[in-house]
Amino acid sequence: MPARSLAALAALCLIGSSTFAMAQDKPTDPQIAHIAYTAGTIDIEAAKLAVQKSKTQAVVDFANDMIRDHEAVNQQALDLVKKLDVTPQDNATSQSLSKAAADERAKLSTLDGAAFDKAYVDNEVAYHKQVNGALEGLLIPSAQNAELKSLLETGLKLFQGHQAHAEHVVAELK
Amino acid sequence: MRAVIHLGAAAVLASVLAAAVPARAETIQVVIEKLVFSPAEISAHVGDTIEWVNKDPLAHTATVKGGWEVMIPARKTVSQKLETAEAVDFYCRFHPNMTGRLKVEAR
Repeated sequence: MPARSLAALAALCLIGSSTFAMAQDKPTDPQIAHIAYTAGTIDIEAAKLAVQKSKTQAVVDFANDMIRDHEAVNQQALDLVKKLDVTPQDNATSQSLSKAAADERAKLSTLDGAAFDKAYVDNEVAYHKQVNGALEGLLIPSAQNAELKSLLETGLKLFQGHQAHAEHVVAELK
Repeated sequence: MRAVIHLGAAAVLASVLAAAVPARAETIQVVIEKLVFSPAEISAHVGDTIEWVNKDPLAHTATVKGGWEVMIPARKTVSQKLETAEAVDFYCRFHPNMTGRLKVEAR
């Protein structure tokens, strides 16, 4: 394992709760592309689960919005890496995100009704907050390619709206 | 005296002509990029056309609550002819934090 990844992993272990712990170790564009795509896929999968399980219109509507927007951005990301002839590179952050998402999905799949709605939407608020923080503080400043940076900026604006929307649904569920 | 009357008639004629031949309708571009309408404040006249230029990879709308809606697919331009004098707030139904204001005056 290269020293960079080791350092990132060590940082991850130290911080624990924070999945994006590469602040001292700037990710490369292929890694950023991988992280962004992974983060999008995680939210799409959670949303599909919500569409399947939730009986609450506001939750299902929110989940469908997540599917529509994250699929659009991920498609754009795929088109971009193809155009730039870049292969997204797996990395500790992507792996850590996927692991956390798998745990969350396992938890969600055991819940039903109001308990599911609450857990899903609460997690959407926390997740978008985490992703937006990473975009703003790490991924956007680290991105070298202008088009990648621009797509991440669009994503940040979009996901800030998602976070607000999720917060609104949380309030509505109370 | 006669000259004054002629002058007055000329002025009336001029204003009638001005009303009959309206100023050219304009096309106003509103660019949507990174989930922002710009300009967000649009001033226009009846007969003008708005060109909604969507540079985002996402579909957006320009929607007036209880009124009209224009769908603007990802990376497409959609034209909307303004037929009515009105002052309205609009937003994107998919991304409600995108907002703007349109003022259409009679020509």
